Amino acid sequence: MEPEDKRLDENPNTGETPPSDKATAPPDAVPPKESASPSFSAPRMNERKFAHVTRRELLKVAPALVLGAFAIPKFQESLLKMGLGFSDWTSAHLFRRGHMAPTFTDSQVTPFEKFPINGYDVDDPGVIFENWSLTVAGAVQKPGDYKLDQIQSLPRVRQNTRHVCVEGWDVVGRFGGARLSDFLTMIGADTSAKFITLGCADDYYESLDMATALHPQTLLCYEMYDRPLTREHGAPLRLSIPTKVGYKQAKYLTDLKVTNVLEKVGYWEDQGYSSFYGL
Amino acid sequence: MSGAVVEIVRTRGDATEVVGRAVYEHPLPVRLCHWVNAISLFVMVGSGLQIFRAFPSFGAKIPQKDLLHWPKAFAIGGWLGGALQWHLTFMWIYIATGLIYLGYEIFSGNYRQVLFTRRDIPGVWPMVRRYFFFGPKPEQHEAYNPLQKHAYTTAILLGVLSVLSGLAIWKPVQLSWLAWLLGGFHMARLWHFLIMWAILGFVLGHLVMVLLHGWNNFVSMLTGWKKDPEY
Repeated sequence: MEPEDKRLDENPNTGETPPSDKATAPPDAVPPKESASPSFSAPRMNERKFAHVTRRELLKVAPALVLGAFAIPKFQESLLKMGLGFSDWTSAHLFRRGHMAPTFTDSQVTPFEKFPINGYDVDDPGVIFENWSLTVAGAVQKPGDYKLDQIQSLPRVRQNTRHVCVEGWDVVGRFGGARLSDFLTMIGADTSAKFITLGCADDYYESLDMATALHPQTLLCYEMYDRPLTREHGAPLRLSIPTKVGYKQAKYLTDLKVTNVLEKVGYWEDQGYSSFYGL
Repeated sequence: MSGAVVEIVRTRGDATEVVGRAVYEHPLPVRLCHWVNAISLFVMVGSGLQIFRAFPSFGAKIPQKDLLHWPKAFAIGGWLGGALQWHLTFMWIYIATGLIYLGYEIFSGNYRQVLFTRRDIPGVWPMVRRYFFFGPKPEQHEAYNPLQKHAYTTAILLGVLSVLSGLAIWKPVQLSWLAWLLGGFHMARLWHFLIMWAILGFVLGHLVMVLLHGWNNFVSMLTGWKKDPEY
């Protein structure tokens, strides 16, 4: 500390005059002798010591600048990827297979005309229903093409659930279909595999974690509002998953694969959206 | 907790001169949390407003009536997916900072400096008179006056509410009880938005007061030491 003292003491030798920036210097700075201090004795600190202490304390706050790494383009992408990955990891652990999404009474359901159709999907991929089948592949005992009536032969589930879009809007809709878990039993899927991947008649594609695929409210949906699925809502078969955000609920399904390896995650996920996005 | 007031002295030969007073007001954990939180709040608000741009309404999607078209220049992330990456990354920093701060305040006893309690109520009116009606300056004996305590305590509560409402719209199924408490997913989204504006209101007032109160106040949040305190 001694060597520093000289530098710190570069105040003018004009005696008691405090540095000019001390506009707030109280009048009690004037008495030159220590005996002039108030009757109670406040602890004292030499001004050099004070300068030293405050500088050290200032440096201790510097670690907060680590967050500046987010401003560096080189690091930004990987840091945000880590953050999103951590969010997905937490989401997967928060997911409880036995926990049901809230269901609603028929009177709480949003009218069919007010159920939004995502602009992206307005383009009809032109599925020819007579020729349609769901092609099953991967870790299953009975791969092959499954017709709609085979899926409809499974117990039909009808549920009023909330559809939440990543954009922020939500509607309560009525969805009908077969449990995906029942279908996985039908095709003899290896449910210890990690993922289900889905292909669509348009260029959309998706993937699901097995826990969500086995959730009892996860449907291979062929009905909305008690009527066969309409084209704009993804006819003849789409996913309805009240525990997932909207973009995970792919329309116009054509392919289903049970797998442990994800080459691609999903149409939006591969552009930067959350992979898990469970609600 | 803030320490005792210290007199800063200059020694020249035999003469010792008191050149100022100072007090250690902000312990290191508080200062670190303050600046980290300032950064995360900036990112959370910016990315949150970009997320809001995807559906700038609180009504139905059909028909959609937009509430406010937030300019892209005042948003972070560039598009919805990018903004969600920022939001879902910094929410952990925001939450962690909040927990560390609250933990520190409780276990160190420093909360006594900040927490607005019943004892502070009588002092509120004189301070309001001082700030808004040019009334006389009430005597101050501690780091924060009653209005400051009220503002900081409210800000901390708003911070907690921003996290809870955010969790409710992130996980309306797994945390359905939380969404239910806030009136469901739809209302929780509105709460989250309103709480953000309340926090921004606090930040605005906070910045104005720091500007008015000057340099020493600002420096104290960096070094911990407040020069020439009013008590």
